[in-house]
Amino acid sequence: MKVRAQIAMVLNLDKCIGCHTCSITCKNVWTNREGVEYAWFNNVETKPGIGYPKDWENQDRWKGGWVRRKNGKIVPRQGAKWRILSKIFANPHLPEIDDFYEPYTFEYEWLQSAPELQAQPTARPRSLITGEKLNKIEWSGNWEDMLGGEFEKRSHDYNFDGVQKEIYGQFEKTFMMYLPRLCEHCLNPACLASCPSGAIYKRAEDGIVLIDQEKCRGWRMCVSGCPYKKIYYNWATGKSEKCIFCYPRIETGQPTVCSETCVGRIRYLGVVLYDADRIDSAASVEDPKDLYPAQLDVFLDPNDVTVQEAARAEGITDQWLEAAMRSPVYKMAVEWKIAFPLHPEYRTLPMVWYVPPLSPIQSAAEAGKMSVQDGMPDVRSLRIPLRYLANLLTAGDEEPIAAALERMLAMRAYMRAKSVEGRIDESIPERVGLTRARIEEMYRIMALAAYEDRYVIPTARRELDEDAYVLRGSSGFGFREGTQGRTKVNLFGGGADKARAKREPRLDIPS
Amino acid sequence: MTDFINQLAFGWYPYLAVTVLVVGSILRFDSNQYSWRSQSSQFLRRRQMVLGSNLFHMGILVLLMGHFVGLLTPINVFDALGVSHSFKQTTALVVGGIAGFFAYIGCTLLLHRRLFDTRIRKSSSVGDILVLILIWLQLTLGLLTTWWTLKHLDGSEMVKFMSWANGMLRLDPAAPEILKDVALVYKLHIILGLTLFLITPFTRLVHIWSAPVWFLLRPGYQIVRTRRSKHTAASPTRGPAGGAPSYGGPTVLRQMAESGQEGA
Repeated sequence: MKVRAQIAMVLNLDKCIGCHTCSITCKNVWTNREGVEYAWFNNVETKPGIGYPKDWENQDRWKGGWVRRKNGKIVPRQGAKWRILSKIFANPHLPEIDDFYEPYTFEYEWLQSAPELQAQPTARPRSLITGEKLNKIEWSGNWEDMLGGEFEKRSHDYNFDGVQKEIYGQFEKTFMMYLPRLCEHCLNPACLASCPSGAIYKRAEDGIVLIDQEKCRGWRMCVSGCPYKKIYYNWATGKSEKCIFCYPRIETGQPTVCSETCVGRIRYLGVVLYDADRIDSAASVEDPKDLYPAQLDVFLDPNDVTVQEAARAEGITDQWLEAAMRSPVYKMAVEWKIAFPLHPEYRTLPMVWYVPPLSPIQSAAEAGKMSVQDGMPDVRSLRIPLRYLANLLTAGDEEPIAAALERMLAMRAYMRAKSVEGRIDESIPERVGLTRARIEEMYRIMALAAYEDRYVIPTARRELDEDAYVLRGSSGFGFREGTQGRTKVNLFGGGADKARAKREPRLDIPS
Repeated sequence: MTDFINQLAFGWYPYLAVTVLVVGSILRFDSNQYSWRSQSSQFLRRRQMVLGSNLFHMGILVLLMGHFVGLLTPINVFDALGVSHSFKQTTALVVGGIAGFFAYIGCTLLLHRRLFDTRIRKSSSVGDILVLILIWLQLTLGLLTTWWTLKHLDGSEMVKFMSWANGMLRLDPAAPEILKDVALVYKLHIILGLTLFLITPFTRLVHIWSAPVWFLLRPGYQIVRTRRSKHTAASPTRGPAGGAPSYGGPTVLRQMAESGQEGA
């Protein structure tokens, strides 16, 4: 057993209102720079839809994630090492920026500086790559927001596998959900495995996956290797970038920006202990449906004394062990089994998990389309949304999803009976295999969702790893130069600031 | 005057170009690794790139290998191996011709999209465009030399270039003399080639040094970095566990701190 710790995340999709605050705050902090205007480390997709980038879930096309070979070993879907190297001159599986969207701005200044004209001045869009006018904006980061566009296009959603789309299309208005996505900080990251330079690494202390910007050479294999398409090639700097899980905040015990600003309180951050020795076997199980339970087996029980001993031997502090015991993520994923990994069939063992939404069931029940007992609709009678959620979260296994939805409905029914009717109904928790205490704990953490219950983040304790006395005064005014790359004219290949000047919207008067 | 230019171009310039190539690359790698990248533009425009880049890179790798082996191997090695000059010349002509042809098509495709695709053009630096134009010219010159080479299939001209390159390696002052009477197109090809060496440290060409062959030797696929020192029992200021504190000078302490920071 080799114990490691990770700060993992759970998103309660049942409470996501699709407001995009997470995306906007993330963008303002991390990707409002030249070269990554198109990149959203965090984005919110409306499902069903093909998502951002277009069709990202179609791994036959992008070759992301891992595949299991006949001999039981897993290799990146885009090929073993030598095959990755053979694609280095031009990566045939690399998306183009148009698969995300061409970044643009509008000529806002023209609205103020236009001379007297016959027609109202308009702010026309301009490309942020070329600086030229765009005739029409064809696609953007969130084109399908609120089921935008026609169903025909959105029906290419990969998760419709095994669902009769036509039937689905008829009552699609009753089933819409939001899917906020960020880097999964996987236990078995395929981006990392695909990096020829060895620039991507996972941190042992908190599990955050980062790209060493100094070592990245821009071979761009990680972009195709990541099945979630959460690695972004910065076309200006020639380096890949990704969600850094706000590690400067996490290290100081603060939640990530997307979590901190989530108005729906849907995000949870907490420590999960895992056994690094079990990663390989868990990612290599034969049946994709077994990947979700296999990943649960990789996680370690922080209340187990032998686990605690092994964790201390690895240098994990008691502060982290205590946080692991209080971790909302561990509770939701392992104890209550209501959170699931996104697309476990990619075999990356993702560490950002999702609580499935109840909205399709609720709205169908309210419309009188299904039987209801004690305010609890019969989840299993709604085949199509169940299948869709299973395709999204459990590689198609509907049973765990149904059980989770039932538990959440039970929580509602129990609390409704308690607070509205003033009676404690012990039969409700029993029906879904829970106890009264546990269901009230679920209510406290999921419904009330106080700040300190959602975010249980121990600090990094850097003082144990490095000597602050020595570091004191080790940096002068030079700071060895920031790694902005193009901040000043440089003898070695820098100084392309002219591109920035060109990108200013030119305000020529239309003739 | 011609003697002087000959000496300048084939006697001194090669040393300058190679020195700048080596020293410049090391300096850049040391001071600014963030700028060390292939700067691929495939993400902005896939069209012409997949075919062009593959043809170009594979062709140019064959050409580079051929030039290095062909020029820098001492002549008597070939003689000892029983490789006749005419055979070597014909092989070089055929292999180099085919590789050069493909590299030329690839380079033309790449240059065309670099210059005429607005997206690529606008996101290119002067260096990006210059490098590609120079390489395209170099390939043009290289392909042109085949016409002159066809007149010397006995390898007599080739021997001159080998003797020159060998002589340069041996620091032989008489080496530049050998090239005095070869056709102009060869001379231009050599000068432009050395110029490409010269500008490499200042352009994206440095990515040649980073060909990630080490990837094949990486054990497994995953990489984990840890901040925790393997020598937790010792600390620069507190010294070995249980011992008296040991303070080095500030430089020593800083070096230890910096090396301990790897992976932070």
